Order: sequence, then C-alpha cells, then structure tokens
Amino acid sequence: MNQIPGGLAPSAPPMQQRSRAWRTIKKQRILLLFCVPFAIWAAIFCYAPIWGWIMAFQDYNAGKGVTGSPWVGLKHFRAFFQEEMLVTLLRNTIAISVMNIVVGTFGAVTLALLLNEVKGVFFKRTVQTVSYLPYFISYVVVANLFLTLLSPSDGTVNRILLKLGIIDEPIFFFAEPHLFWFLVVFINVWKSIGWDAIIYIAAMSAVDTELYDAASVDGAGRWRKMWHITLPCIRPTIVVLLILSASGILNAGFDPSYLLGNPMVYDYSEVIDTYVYRMGLGNAMYSYATAIGLFRLVVSLIILYIVNRIAKRLGEENVL
Amino acid sequence: MKQRWQDTAFDIVNTAVLTMLMIATIYPFLYVLAFSLNDAVDSMRGGLTIWPRKFTLANYGVIFRYDALVDASIMSVLRTVIGTVASVLCTAMLAYSLCKKELFGYKFFNSFFIMTMFIYGGLIPTFILFKTIHIYNSFWVYIIPGLISAFNMILLRTNFKSIPDSLIESAYMDGANDIYVFFRIVLPLSTPIIATIGLFVAVGQWNSWQDTLFFTVDGKLQTLQYVLMKILNQTEAGAMINQMKASLARRGMVKVTPEAVKMAITMIATVPILCVYPFIQKYFVKGMLLGSVKG
Repeated sequence: MNQIPGGLAPSAPPMQQRSRAWRTIKKQRILLLFCVPFAIWAAIFCYAPIWGWIMAFQDYNAGKGVTGSPWVGLKHFRAFFQEEMLVTLLRNTIAISVMNIVVGTFGAVTLALLLNEVKGVFFKRTVQTVSYLPYFISYVVVANLFLTLLSPSDGTVNRILLKLGIIDEPIFFFAEPHLFWFLVVFINVWKSIGWDAIIYIAAMSAVDTELYDAASVDGAGRWRKMWHITLPCIRPTIVVLLILSASGILNAGFDPSYLLGNPMVYDYSEVIDTYVYRMGLGNAMYSYATAIGLFRLVVSLIILYIVNRIAKRLGEENVL
Repeated sequence: MKQRWQDTAFDIVNTAVLTMLMIATIYPFLYVLAFSLNDAVDSMRGGLTIWPRKFTLANYGVIFRYDALVDASIMSVLRTVIGTVASVLCTAMLAYSLCKKELFGYKFFNSFFIMTMFIYGGLIPTFILFKTIHIYNSFWVYIIPGLISAFNMILLRTNFKSIPDSLIESAYMDGANDIYVFFRIVLPLSTPIIATIGLFVAVGQWNSWQDTLFFTVDGKLQTLQYVLMKILNQTEAGAMINQMKASLARRGMVKVTPEAVKMAITMIATVPILCVYPFIQKYFVKGMLLGSVKG
C-alpha cells in the first residue's frame, strides 16, 4: 500500500506525501474537472436544503436568514398538532395512500398474472406497450382526460350510465366529496398499473419451469398453478415492494389532490402535500410548513424501520 | 397433452379482460383527439365518440394564433431541449470521472453523489435556497436543479465500464487526454444508453409543471403543461378563453369554445410523448429482457 515509487522510504515525510497528492491532482486535472464542479452542485442543491430543516425550529425571517432567525423550539410542531385540519389532513393522506398501495399492488400483480398466462407473444407485447403508456403522460393531461370523461354535461361515463338507465340525472363526479378518494385511486392505478406490473412480470419469468411441469403431471390446472406456484414464488418481491411503499404512507402525492380537488370536495381532497404548499408558499408560513415536512419525514423513517423489523420477524428478507 | 376445457375458457376470459384493459387505456386519448379535431360548435351537441363528426383543424389554429400559448409551447420545447442536453452531458461527465477508481478522493466523491438519492430537503428549504441563490423565477430553475441524477450516473457508469480498456489505453498511448477519450471514444460507444437516459430526462422535462408553480411567478416562464393546469380550473379557463376570444375577434375568428381549445392543448401536451414513446419502448424492452435473462 505504502510503496512509493522512486525508491522513497515508506515513512516519507509529510511534505513529500503532500506533493504526491498534488502530483495526482495535477495528473487527473481533467477528471477532477469532470467531478468537482458537480460535487459543488450537489453540495448546494442536495445538501444545503437539509440544513434548511432547522427552519422548523425557528421563526424564519427572510431578512435575517437561517443563521439569524430567532429560535422557537417546538412551537410550530405544537401549532400543527393543535390545527383543526389535522385530523382531516391525516385521514385523507393515509386513506388515499393506503388505498393506492393496496389497490395498486393488487392490480399490478393481477395484471402480471394475466399477462404471464398469455401465450401469444404479439398479443402480450401489445397489451404491455399499451398498458404502460399512461405512465409517461403528465398528470396534468391525465387529470384533463378524466375530467372530460367524467364531466356531468357530456362525459362518456355519464352518457353510458344514462343510456343504461342506471341513473336518471348526470352525476357530477368531482363534486361528490365521498367519491373523491376512489376517483383519485382509480386514476392513479390506471396511470401506473402497467409500469408497476413490469417488476412482477420479471419476477415471474424467474420462476423455475420445472415446478409447473411437476404440477401439470399432478393434474393441476391453470388456477391452481397460479395460486400455488406463481404467487408464492413472487411473494418476496411483493413484500419488499409493500415495505418500500409503506414508508410513503404520509405521501399521497401533490398532483392528484391539487389537480382534481376543488372547493366542493376540499374536506376529502386536501392532503399533507397540498397543505404544505398552501401554508408555505401560499401564506408564506415558511417555518410552519417546514415543520410539517420534517414531521412527515420522521414518521416515514419510523414506519420504514418498524415495517422492516416486522418483515424480518416474519422471515422475509429485509430491505435495508 | 389435450387442453382441458377450463384452460380454454381461461384463455378466452383472459384475452377479453386484457383487451378491455387496453380499451380503457386508449379510449380517453382517442376521445380527446376526436374532440380536438371536431368542429367546436358541433361538439356542443354532445354524443361524440372516438371519431370526429365535423373534421376541422380550427381548434389547433386558435392555439397557434394565441401568443401566450405559442410562448408557452416555445418555453416547453426550450426547457426540454436545453434541460435534457445539459443533464445528460453533465451526468455523463460525472459518470466518466467516477468510473475510474484511481480518481483522487474517489471514495468520498462516490458516496457523496450516491447519498443524494436518499436525502431530500423538502419544498420550503428548496424554495428558500432558490431565492437565496437567485435562480427563483428564472429559466435556470428548470435546468440547474436537475443537472445531475445519481441514478442515471450509475446507469451510465456501468455502461462506460463495459467499454474495452484496450481501446482507451491505446488512445492514451497516442497522447489523447481525458477530454478526447470522453468525447471521441466513450460517448460515441455509449449511444444506446445515452439515448435511453436522454429520452427519460426529456419526458420528465416536458411533463414537469410543479416547478413552474412553485418557483416562478413570471408569466413568460409558463410552460404548456402549466397553462393546461391553469385551464383545469374552470374559472381561469373562462377568463383565458375570453381573453383569447378578444384577441381572436380582432382577426375575425371566434368560433371556439373553452372545451375544444382545452382538448387541443391537451393533445399538444401529449403528442411529443407519443412520438418518443416507441423509442423509449424499444430500449425499455431490451432492458427488461436483460433483467429477465439473469433470473
């Protein structure tokens, strides 16, 4: 390790070691030019905002900056816990994200199972190509598509329901508070089901085909093979992904609530993300909004830790 | 082996379910496309399906004659092109330097960048930062914060490492420096991965609208996605359409409805994605095949 070329003794004086480092730097100046500026970039854009979390314990004042603003301890956290909206916020956030996780996982696994049973390569590829198209479309466009389809005036869904005689009057879907969660979850799943299924399809393609052959010999049909071979084989994948998504339970996403929510469904659409935005940037309550963000980060880390422990106890491989 | 009737039934049901899923995915796009290509007044009669009844390009014509929308389209294209080129180039440069273990301070730099995948500063601290360094409300807020992606860096680096050492060694022998090796050897030999990452970055740039909402106030910086987002809000849509109508009346064309214009904007915001989608798809399927081979 410490062999220094040129016959120098291993215990070279510090001066010489420093000049050796200097020589390396000089030799690698182009490589370092490719690297150091971006390290500075990362320090500013990735690490500096971390420092900003301490704003949560201050009364941030734009004039004084993070270093000069007065410390207020847990004032903003206390204010958040006494907030009237708190229960509504947490309820909406958790309801939407839990439904997203459950329905999303169920949908993706089902789609993967169905695709896995398709024998025609062309049909399989077509279904896949189509199913992950919405993943690449912006949520703004997606929101627009669904607002159009579900519009009370001439939306396709209302038209079909009216024609079938299921309803007498068009439903204004996005004005029904109780429907909001289900609509959001449906749209989220519609958008990401194809993409989410990919990882399960990959896991399924790794299942040993001998297992299926053996099951066929024993007279098992398609259903039993799916239930007793495919599903158990991809169970670790499902568990790992569930664990990873569980830590995002307080992260219901900004897009759906902001784009699809409106004053009529406010009680069911407002989530932590939109609240942080409205308080922080809308009302310029910087410290308060930062405190909420920090609260969410800490809760997410705790959940990740707990779920990981539970998974370990259940004998699944842990992810961290 | 003779197929059992249950298996045949399963195949039929399976195909039917998957076909329905495809229809459910495609239908909204086709409906909006038909709406955008249909005469605006005729559309108000309702009952439109996936085929325009009275074909017209007028709804698109309106967009191209309305300055604010033209500006927004240009802004979208600009941020997509500049943002993608800058991000791919910078990430590739970083990946090149970090694929050499003998780099001075390699361990530090490596973990310094990898860590950025797991940390995040939150909305408000980021907002304060952008204000402090004066990129708030400037075009650069679209470009600089997304310059490096540690995830893409790892993808690129893995690819760079697969380039035969002998090629690079012989270039060094001939007196080439790292700049030459990077631009003339490493980059040209990595076109597929560069294209893939470029496409993903471009899609992200094109679709982005939150940064416009959070970090800009200047109307000139509005992108197409942002304008569309504002139109979602019906009252703003009304105001905007009135403005548009006033501007169009001066040129003698008023036959538009908010709905029809909205559909046309929706399609314009979607079409670029549909154009690059086959390419993403191609590389993507390759990646998937690689993924499944290892199993």
